[in-house]
Amino acid sequence: MPTTDIPATDTTDANRDLAGIDALDFPVAPAPSALSRLWAAAWPKLAAIAIALLGWQIIVWLHLKPDYVLPGPRPVFKVLWHQLANGDLVKAMGVTMRRAAVGYALSILIGTAIGLAVARSRVARAAVGSLITGLQTMPTIAWFPFAILLFGLSETAITFVVVLGAAPAIANGVVAGVDHTPPILLRAGRVLGARGLSAYRHVILPAALPGFVAGLKQGWAFAWRSLMAGELLVIIAKRPSLGVKLQLARDNSDAPGLLAAMVLILVIGIVIDSLVFGRLDRAIRSRWGLIDAAA
Amino acid sequence: MTLRLRTADPPTDSEAVDDPSKDRALRVDGVSKVYGPAGSHHFALDHISLEARRGEFVCLVGASGCGKTTLLNLIAGLDRPGGGTIEVDGKPALMFQDAALFPWLTVGSNVELALKLAGVPRGQRRSQALELLSRVQLDGVAGKRPHELSGGMRQRAALARALAQRTTVLLMDEPFGALDAITRDLLHDELEHVWQQSRPTVVFVTHNVREAVRLGDRVLVLSSRPGRVVAEFPVRIDRPRRLESPEVAGLAGEITERLREEVRRHADDRHPGD
Repeated sequence: MPTTDIPATDTTDANRDLAGIDALDFPVAPAPSALSRLWAAAWPKLAAIAIALLGWQIIVWLHLKPDYVLPGPRPVFKVLWHQLANGDLVKAMGVTMRRAAVGYALSILIGTAIGLAVARSRVARAAVGSLITGLQTMPTIAWFPFAILLFGLSETAITFVVVLGAAPAIANGVVAGVDHTPPILLRAGRVLGARGLSAYRHVILPAALPGFVAGLKQGWAFAWRSLMAGELLVIIAKRPSLGVKLQLARDNSDAPGLLAAMVLILVIGIVIDSLVFGRLDRAIRSRWGLIDAAA
Repeated sequence: MTLRLRTADPPTDSEAVDDPSKDRALRVDGVSKVYGPAGSHHFALDHISLEARRGEFVCLVGASGCGKTTLLNLIAGLDRPGGGTIEVDGKPALMFQDAALFPWLTVGSNVELALKLAGVPRGQRRSQALELLSRVQLDGVAGKRPHELSGGMRQRAALARALAQRTTVLLMDEPFGALDAITRDLLHDELEHVWQQSRPTVVFVTHNVREAVRLGDRVLVLSSRPGRVVAEFPVRIDRPRRLESPEVAGLAGEITERLREEVRRHADDRHPGD
């Protein structure tokens, strides 16, 4: 019995109060439609492309360089379209993309394994922790002479350098993700009984996911760059790649062909970054509630 | 109820006299904890002793530096005491000021994970999680992400997760400290309701003296630097209590006076950084 004249709330009332305050905490504004979100994401990109093309065209109009050295966007896209249509570039792209896929997949395996070892073991961290960052700062193109000595002008030489370029970035991503696990979540996990391997499985690895994805993204950029450097240096007979296209176009003073290959390389890099990593990153951030609803 | 926590039968007088330990859920005896390097170290806790009976709701109040978080970490087994002994019934659950739900799991999966780590078979986890969420009035949010809930709802989800550990001792480290006054008031009712249903032993740490009187069977006042129990106030006010009732306010005033005395002792302390 309450001992005062202030009425005590009974259980049903209390539950209704809670339900009321819960309801007040939920947003009432409807989410924007898929179409309007798509447009909101697309128009800045389209505008940026338009401005870049316009800038390019203006430089060409200024005639700083002769047309056969610096062609405008129109002849370049004409060549690009032509070479895509006759299958020339498509074939080169196929070879390059297969190398990228193999090298990147190996980088993920090796980088993740090394990253986990470094994150988990004090000894491994002391031994190779700073070496990983050191490897990352080393320009991958500097590895090619050595790789060619080791493996000759072969696919292996290219894969070797792609992995050396990408794996450290991925390993660093894993380490950063594990290191940035919020201590409060670790404590919560330990109270629930997640210790040792169980803590890794249920707390640390899921918490490391954003760092891992950041590492994957950076690793992809390194892999793509290393691959292009490699294709310029390691030219294998009868295997046309995007790098070989660049080299041939330069040898033939074929400026539109060269720029067409460059545009394609840039577009592939951007498309993979935004379609794969952009989406992955966004999906994680929205699940975790790291996207500002007002933005 | 499948998840019923161990309930303490009301002890008969003879039992209590025969073996007081039988009725005890928690005993902290002469526990010390030292921080810092030798020479410049300080006691976070200095020979602190306290006990809690089964099913008792004990509140600890203290100013900053009373080592309350350290004490709960020690009881929860997250840290080792420098000296003294701690006996707890089973493995305690611990709630923080932050709900500390895992952001990569849904609210329901957070509770399910606790059930899994407590050894509940897979087939029963889903239904038990929903039942636990329902006990804290969180029906229909199992599929939501923690960030989609309000602070008060997150703390209730954390309470459901703590109950999922099926422990007899529930440690709470200022669990409502970051909530607005209205929500906190409602959560007091809710926590009291859940406690009355399943009667865990609760050790509840707070800065808020009124909150301590509103909830506790007993309020212990801790000193600061080092932390020790310096006063004990049994709360003989019938439940359900209201935060704004004159009885609660009266006792809270008494305890606050005692707490102020404790704080005044430090008026001439030099700043620890000096």
